Amino acid sequence: MDGKIDYRDDGLFCSGHVACGGCAEALSLRVILNTMGPDTVAVVSPSCTAVICGGHPMSSLKIPVFHTTIESAAASAAGVRRALRARGKVDTNVLCLAGDGGTYDIGIQALSSVAERNEDILYICFDNEGYMNTGGQKSSSTPRGAATGSTPDGKRTRKKNMIEIMAAHRIPYIATASPSDLNDLAAKVEKAKAMRGTRMIIVLIPCLPGWGLAEDSSVQTARLAVQSRAFPLVEITDGVHYRLQTPELCSPLADYLTSQKRYRHLDAAEMARLQADVDTDWSMLQQRAQISPA
Amino acid sequence: MKDMPGTDAPRGALRLMSGNHAVAEGARLARPEVTPVYPITPQTPILEKLTELQSAGEFVTEMLTPESEHSVMATAMTASLSGARVFTATSSQGLMLMHELLHYAAGARATIVMFNVNRTPASPWGFWPDQLDSLSQRDTGWVQLYSESPQDSLDLVIQAFRLAERVRLPVMISHDAFYVSHAVEPVDVPAQDLVDGFLPPFEAEFRLDPDIGRSIGAPVDQATWNQSRRDMAEAMGRVIAEFTRFGAQWGRLTGRVHAPLQLYRTEDAEIVFVTLGSLAGTARVAVDMLRRAGMRAGLVKLCLFRPLPAEALRSALDGVPVALVLDRNYSVGTGGVLHQELKSALHGTANATRVHGLLTGVGGVDVPVEQLVDLAQEFRERVPENGPIWIDGHGR
Repeated sequence: MDGKIDYRDDGLFCSGHVACGGCAEALSLRVILNTMGPDTVAVVSPSCTAVICGGHPMSSLKIPVFHTTIESAAASAAGVRRALRARGKVDTNVLCLAGDGGTYDIGIQALSSVAERNEDILYICFDNEGYMNTGGQKSSSTPRGAATGSTPDGKRTRKKNMIEIMAAHRIPYIATASPSDLNDLAAKVEKAKAMRGTRMIIVLIPCLPGWGLAEDSSVQTARLAVQSRAFPLVEITDGVHYRLQTPELCSPLADYLTSQKRYRHLDAAEMARLQADVDTDWSMLQQRAQISPA
Repeated sequence: MKDMPGTDAPRGALRLMSGNHAVAEGARLARPEVTPVYPITPQTPILEKLTELQSAGEFVTEMLTPESEHSVMATAMTASLSGARVFTATSSQGLMLMHELLHYAAGARATIVMFNVNRTPASPWGFWPDQLDSLSQRDTGWVQLYSESPQDSLDLVIQAFRLAERVRLPVMISHDAFYVSHAVEPVDVPAQDLVDGFLPPFEAEFRLDPDIGRSIGAPVDQATWNQSRRDMAEAMGRVIAEFTRFGAQWGRLTGRVHAPLQLYRTEDAEIVFVTLGSLAGTARVAVDMLRRAGMRAGLVKLCLFRPLPAEALRSALDGVPVALVLDRNYSVGTGGVLHQELKSALHGTANATRVHGLLTGVGGVDVPVEQLVDLAQEFRERVPENGPIWIDGHGR
């Protein structure tokens, strides 16, 4: 990477928003919004994004946003889409912005139904691996071992494999992205935008207070997540064709884990177990990409 | 409702249909642009008739079948806020699953029209006519109408859209499970032209639209939240006058006038039944029987429950010595909901009506006409109790 972010910024995301200083979610949202363009309506469910969008009567997004309930983000986006279609506005983009709690946990029922009906929306999940907006509790996206407000000794079970769940719905497009590669994020948004049907992008957002990170380390932590294969960058088309992006530089999982306070209670054996989790997942993705490449 | 004598209102085709099919016909005529639905007994004939009409090309709408009533209401809310006319239908457990979003949709001023088939809330599981499902949603900010018959249901669906879009509040209409939902009666189905003339296309001033740019529902401060409820109160305050006006206009077009309260033989009444839903039909026959037996009985039927037409109720009961409130619902720990509401409407007024709260038909037990006749005779001279009185019905 040459560090140049190759996307057009039309100022659709305003400064003065209330994200934590240094949060990569604001950065990612800026790229996503400007790639989508002004002919977009967004639905946002209670999450960090909803806070970043701002309090009435201000808005940090220069597109219409509806703040909906946490469990009905996808259903709410489908309602906007159907109304726009009924009113002849077929080209307007409908964007759904949700957190991992609203996606992996309480919103999965509505999301599954939207995917089953292949409703024409782009669903973005900002995945900070927990309920960070409420002070940092465990969600089903929290990885094994991570300490949160509700798992002070570390979560004992794995992170839910959301991309496989969504792939099983055979929706046209699923991708993961990271704020450490904004060009890749923009390219995936651009690609999804050009498609129809239910599309989903999960963006990893290292949470500064929730993960115990320094203010200037969000992007670097996201990069380590990708390089250590803890958060693989993947594209899945039609639920079966996989493109797995092998990182140019690889780093051991321990580098990623030791950079965060949420893992500091782990001993060597537990770290080895997490490394095994990562290796298993990577190998499974490799097999999928080999058998059915994108 | 009876046809008004002397009107030259054009008649549509008189067709035999169930209450639920009458709802579907009413919805079709209202031309909703988005129709999310989820099946639940005894609402399903509404859903199936609508999908059948859509499939035959007789009903043009964006129809979708989400995985739950909760998602139905989420979809209905955002479709409405995006400028579409929206219809849906549900019952009991489905309505109660929507509860969170009923508040949300009303607060966001979505103009959804929803039909609810009144059915006992579980547990225990039951499928019987009982109005606790919708009456327990009385604080959600929805206008609530109650239908007595298939014809009423068709007429009210169409008027509900006019009302919702006028005051910018969602409207819920209910009719009783089976007694109305599945009972087959002759129904006048108005011509599409007539309905189009009464109900112009929906043009939402505030909506989610990139050409407008306005966001809806962002977090507010205390004063703004407080103001949002004052604004809803102002809108609710206009419902009685607007419904009266639209009901009269509908009456001129069809011969069937609707109003917040329907009074039957109350002018000189010494005792009146006060009720809503299909029990009104039973009570009307009881009134006639009592009159023939020499008792001056009458009926006050509430078509509008939210907002409560309190002033009209006070005026209807002015000088009436005895009122028997017939509640086909029971709020555990207090009593019949309509009983409580009526007492609150009369509180602090000079009205000296002795109000008896009778729990008739709770859980769907049958309430025969003869029983209402007996009750009128029994309670005519009794001193009212503050709480409710359980009445045994058929099968109990």
